[in-house]
Amino acid sequence: MSAFFAMGGYAMYVWPAYAVFFIVLIADYVNPWLRRRRNLRELRGRMARQAARQQRNPSAP
Amino acid sequence: MANWIPLWVHKLSSPPNFYRFAGIVRPWALGLALITGAIALYGGLVLAPADYQQGDAYRIIFIHVPCAWMSLFCYGMMAVASFISLVWRIKLAEVVAMESAPIGAAFTFITLVTGSLWGKPMWGTWWTWDARLTSELVLLFLYLGVIGLYHSFEDRRQGARAAAFLALIGIINVPIVHFSVNWWNTLHQGSTIRILGPSKISGAMLWPLLTMMAATKFYYIASLFGRVRTDLLSMESGKDWVKQIAEAEGRA
Repeated sequence: MSAFFAMGGYAMYVWPAYAVFFIVLIADYVNPWLRRRRNLRELRGRMARQAARQQRNPSAP
Repeated sequence: MANWIPLWVHKLSSPPNFYRFAGIVRPWALGLALITGAIALYGGLVLAPADYQQGDAYRIIFIHVPCAWMSLFCYGMMAVASFISLVWRIKLAEVVAMESAPIGAAFTFITLVTGSLWGKPMWGTWWTWDARLTSELVLLFLYLGVIGLYHSFEDRRQGARAAAFLALIGIINVPIVHFSVNWWNTLHQGSTIRILGPSKISGAMLWPLLTMMAATKFYYIASLFGRVRTDLLSMESGKDWVKQIAEAEGRA
């Protein structure tokens, strides 16, 4: 097992390469998911404000 | 839209329909990416023998080469979608083009970093200004240019049009990256995998490489569809179908 992690003496090149691969792709995948959650939360806020406005003044658009 | 295009294409390209379609496809694409990726990693890191010249350092190939292919593939997808968006002004094509750019940039970045980590032990340098490396760096700058141009407009559709032009002009760099190892003397090795004729690599190393290539393709679909869904929601945020989704997720 330790031979596997040693990568024939090239561990300091092989493992960082794989780490970059996973870190960049995970960041790429999570980013739009966070953006989507934030957008929907803002939209719900807008809708709630609009509903409150309509309740105060039903004749307004 | 032109009337020779089948009706189902027209229907699928409407934002709410594509949002639902992408939501169904995405988990499957991600699942396939994870399964094929895990198989490829096991084959590449454990089963494949060490290289007779490079020892275990060559194992970087199993991510470096698939990511390099994806850096060109994403550019091709971005350019095709850009062309469609400029000619037919389909909103979905704009979104696909603009959301392919960050994925392509991510793959290009990985290609450059893993190549650098491979170059240090094998060539004795992290970086050299040779044709393949420089054209791949230009590819990263093109992606960043498209992303930057897209976001520099107040109106997103206007930004998408400007960025789509840049994407189409930049396609000239794709054959340059691909053929750079043949056209110029370069430190970078030539193509190992041949579509026509036998590849210059042992089968035990080839199959993990091709499996990882499949995994990165599936990943592209999963990532793209997630990004497109997010963009469609924010572009159509005044519409009823988006409000319904916002309300449903607010209750959950």
